[in-house]
Amino acid sequence: MEILIPTINLESIYPEILITVFAILVLLLQVFTSLPGRKQLGYISLTGIVLASIIVLTQGGAFGENTALPIYSFSNLWVVDNFSRFFKLIILIGTGLTVLISIKYLKDEGIDHGEYYSLILFTTIGMMIMAGGSDLITIFLGIELMSISLYVLTGYTRKRLLSNESSLKYFLLGSFATCFLLYGISLLYGATGTTNLKGISGFISDANFGSPVLIIGMVLLLIGFGFKVASVPFHMWTPDVYEGAPAPITAFMSASPKAAAFAAFLRVFIEALPSLQGVWVDIIWVLAAMTMTAGNVIALVQDNVKRMLAYSSIAHAGYILVAFISTDKSGIASILYYMLAYTFMNIGAFAIVIIIGGKGEEKVHVKDYTGLGYRYPLTAAAMTLFLLSLTGIPPTAGFMGKLYLFSAAIKSGYVGLVTIAVLNSVISLYYYLKIIVAMYLKEPELDVAHDSLVFSPAMVIALIIAVCGVLLVGIFPSPYIAMAQQSYISF
Amino acid sequence: MSEYIPVLIMLIIGAGTSALILVATTIIGPKKSFADKMEPFECGESPIVSPKLRFSVKFYLVALFFVIFDIEAVFLYPWAVLFKSLGLFGFVEMMIFLALLGVGLIYIWKKGALEWE
Amino acid sequence: MVPLNHYLYLSAILFSIGAVGVFTTRNAMIIYMCIELMFNAVNLTFIAFSKFLNNLDGHIFTFMVMTVAAAEAAVGLAIIISMFRNKETVNVDEINLMKG
Repeated sequence: MEILIPTINLESIYPEILITVFAILVLLLQVFTSLPGRKQLGYISLTGIVLASIIVLTQGGAFGENTALPIYSFSNLWVVDNFSRFFKLIILIGTGLTVLISIKYLKDEGIDHGEYYSLILFTTIGMMIMAGGSDLITIFLGIELMSISLYVLTGYTRKRLLSNESSLKYFLLGSFATCFLLYGISLLYGATGTTNLKGISGFISDANFGSPVLIIGMVLLLIGFGFKVASVPFHMWTPDVYEGAPAPITAFMSASPKAAAFAAFLRVFIEALPSLQGVWVDIIWVLAAMTMTAGNVIALVQDNVKRMLAYSSIAHAGYILVAFISTDKSGIASILYYMLAYTFMNIGAFAIVIIIGGKGEEKVHVKDYTGLGYRYPLTAAAMTLFLLSLTGIPPTAGFMGKLYLFSAAIKSGYVGLVTIAVLNSVISLYYYLKIIVAMYLKEPELDVAHDSLVFSPAMVIALIIAVCGVLLVGIFPSPYIAMAQQSYISF
Repeated sequence: MSEYIPVLIMLIIGAGTSALILVATTIIGPKKSFADKMEPFECGESPIVSPKLRFSVKFYLVALFFVIFDIEAVFLYPWAVLFKSLGLFGFVEMMIFLALLGVGLIYIWKKGALEWE
Repeated sequence: MVPLNHYLYLSAILFSIGAVGVFTTRNAMIIYMCIELMFNAVNLTFIAFSKFLNNLDGHIFTFMVMTVAAAEAAVGLAIIISMFRNKETVNVDEINLMKG
């Protein structure tokens, strides 16, 4: 029997190989080195992340009019194009910032193990595979690698009951959603006879095909992805998981995995199912409206800042879905740009939550922020910047991102949805302002007098990167927008 | 379908035999029940411990490792079937895969998870 | 020869039983068993399609699903055990520290 050996193109998976090697290295160093060596594991993983980002940036030349891309390899299971490169960069930025804000936190909680970084790196590989997979098999494996590592990371502070609980909930609901995703994939496979994204779209358009099996499969996929990006009504897990998880992991989960889930979501629906657009655009319209409204309205009554940011991240998923349905070049580009901005501002906000939270994450309520503006003006200023950016107030990255998202949707004629989105942004102002008001306009109450906050160098670097990111991406958006626009072409 | 008829006959004979034995023992066998015999545990001897005992969490750990390493072996079968035609390429691929599993094994070993005490 | 639709009905029924079980059971361990049932229902769909389409992709997918399910089972068991160590229960109704 003749076996066709697939084309092996190792170059196209260098970043993933590199991260894998570092993940394994960190894991082995944890068991083979003595205590002083283990303190450096965070920085070792950071090296891996930086090297991988450099490779992603240079892989197949610069962003721009790039004729060398897309490169398909491994029997069309894998693709390197500007879209996946852009998402990989967002993911790597999110991971790098997470490692930076974790170092001190882990020491405080007494869980300073290499396994933590190793798991973060494995999550990153999973997310990169989601961004780069061009076949449902690769995308599924990426999703699972990411999810399984995240289940463990969520429960990483295993002595804390909250963390146990959130990890159990995440695990049960996450696997439940995976079943729907898988069932959707299996029906899609049955209807079209292939799991390759291009193959599926080719089959559907050739056969001009709209069988019920295909539609059911698509709806099941929508449920699965809706869960992964936390859109209402599949968001039930988000607040509990975000509240209970260790704060750096919450920051991580709200940024990188969300970006990766959107990458896979976009690729599957726009590359494989464009012929069914008439059906899924309407469903996503409803999802987007519900997600934004529910996220923002429930966030209004939250007192726990971590939980509030969880609802705010649900709302942001809704804003991104608004641009999703425009499905054209500017819609995709605006999602890419917004994800970049969102990574900086959200991880930045969570970094402040970690600093204020202190040991054991006890100070996570709005009242713990009172008077922060007087005692720590710089920290309060940074938090204000992140919150304004999340609201979407110029001159921040969040403003440019939202402007771009909504204008893409208006161009495609979804004026009604954009109206809902803008109204929601106004609602969101209230709860973000609640924190800002507490920081500046209220005298610190006696019982919440801040212990002196501790700033580790890694944390300060992370904050500086996040602040610079928010300002740079917001004030000089053109290079990033250009990059994002280039990332659509290669589809 | 006709090639499955022997299997069907086997099934019928098997089910028939066990049914016959069960029915025969209930009809013919003497029935003397006393307290010790009615114990659901330890075959008629006096029970020493409650059957609802909790067993050590260590068993779970062993079960976890078994599940993980056992299921990975599933990839070895198709590879073994096509070993010759896959040639060196398949060999190298599989060795990388096994090396990654080996890393996992080394890790749990060094962690002391394989020690019983 | 059993027609394709029968396999699909069977797997749809198994999938639904699993899904209903997830909502009606309170023991975390049994909820996970229901989820495993759903995974295997999906595997059945894959294998049935694979056989009837004469295409091996479905087989490969089933292999992947099996290994992934094993990895999930391992992680899930570990999570449930660590929960039990802290709280002495695996009943999801009693696991309710967070609300809102």
